[in-house]
Amino acid sequence: MVTVLTDIRSAVASVVDPEIPVLTIEDLGILRAVETGATGGTTVIITPTYSGCPAMRQIEDDIASVLRAEGVDDFEVIVSHNPAWSTDWITEQGHRKLAEFGIAPPTPFAEVLCPRCQSGEPRMVSRFGSTACKALMVCASCGEPFDYFKQF
Amino acid sequence: MSDQVVSGAPQGTPSVGMDPNIRELVANGDDNLVLAQRLGEWISHAPDLELDIALGNIALDHLGVARSLYTHAGGLEGRGRTEDDFAMRRTERDFVNLLLVEQPNGDFAHTIVRQVFFDVYQRELWKGLASSEDETLAGIASRATRENAYHLEFSSSWLTRLGDGTEESHLRTQSAVDDLWRFTAELSSEEWTRGIDVMLAEATLEKPDDVYQRTGGRDGYHTEHLGHLLAEMQWMDRSYPEMTW
Repeated sequence: MVTVLTDIRSAVASVVDPEIPVLTIEDLGILRAVETGATGGTTVIITPTYSGCPAMRQIEDDIASVLRAEGVDDFEVIVSHNPAWSTDWITEQGHRKLAEFGIAPPTPFAEVLCPRCQSGEPRMVSRFGSTACKALMVCASCGEPFDYFKQF
Repeated sequence: MSDQVVSGAPQGTPSVGMDPNIRELVANGDDNLVLAQRLGEWISHAPDLELDIALGNIALDHLGVARSLYTHAGGLEGRGRTEDDFAMRRTERDFVNLLLVEQPNGDFAHTIVRQVFFDVYQRELWKGLASSEDETLAGIASRATRENAYHLEFSSSWLTRLGDGTEESHLRTQSAVDDLWRFTAELSSEEWTRGIDVMLAEATLEKPDDVYQRTGGRDGYHTEHLGHLLAEMQWMDRSYPEMTW
C-alpha cells in the first residue's frame, strides 16, 4: 500500500488527548514530527506534557493504532524530552477549543476569564484539580465552577 | 558488608562498577519513585479531598520523573534494563535514594515537612541539571523545575499555616522538623540551608540544634522503612512476573 506522508501526518495529528478529548495532540503541541525514512519506516516524535501525565502512554498506543489503520506497520514512536514542553506550545486553535469546552486556557493567573460569563474575577478553589494540568476555580460573578489549565 | 556478598545481589548493585552519570540518574529516579510511593499512601486518607488530590498529583509528578530517569538510564547503560527493572526488580540494597524520602508519612505535619525539605533540595538540583550536557536529562530537569515550583508553593504554604497556626499544629510541625532533621545532611547545601532558614522563620518554627545525622542512602544503606515500602510496592511484579493487563 502506498501512503502519502501528508495523510499519515494528518491521521496522527488527529489523535486526541484522552483526558481532554476536544484537543488533538497537534493542538497541544506535543506532536513534534512525523517522518518517513529512506527505508520507508515512519517515525513519530512526541514530547510529554507533565511528568506525571498518565495520558501519555494512552497517546502512544493511540498513535500506534492510527498508524496501523493507515496501513503503516513499520513505525516507531519516540518520546523526546528536550526541549521540554510548555503550555506556550498549545496552539491558538487549542486555546479556543479549551474555552469552548469550559476550560480556561493557560494564561497568566491574573488574566484568567470565566469561560461561561467572561468575568475576570475567578477565585481559586484548589490549585490541584481533576487532572495534574488543571486547577479548580469558581467564578465570583456567575458562580460557575470551572477548570483552569495551569500555565506551565 | 563484603564486596563478595554485594556482587551476589540480583541485577548487580549500583555501588559496584556503574558509570557515575548513570548512577546519578538512578539515584534521582530512586528519590522520586520512593517519595511517590509514600505520597500515594495518602490517597483516600488525606485530611480532606483537596489535599488528597494535591498529594496524589504531586506523587504522579514524582513518579513520572522517576520513569523518565530510569528509562534514560537504561538506554545509556545499554543492557536492556527497562523502567520496571529499576523500579520493581532491585532489592533494598540496590536503591540509592535519600533516607529522607523513605521515612514514613507520620501525621500530615511530618509529610509536609518532609516535602518542604525535599522540594527545596530539588529546586536547587533541577536548576543545575537544566543546563546539563546530557540533553535528555536537561529536558527532564527543565520540565521538573516548573513542576517543582507548584510542589514547593503547596508544601511551603502549608508549613506556614501549620507552624503559625494553632498551638497543636505548631507543636506537631515543630516535632516533625525535629524528627526529620537528622536526615538532612544528605541533601543540604548552602542554598538549601538559606531557603529552609527563611521558610522555618516564616512558619515561626525553630531550627534544631546540631543533631546526629544519619547518612548512607546514596550508598544503599537504608533505614528499616525502605524494605517494607519495597515489599508492598514490588509484590505484584514479583508474584506475577511479566504480568500485563
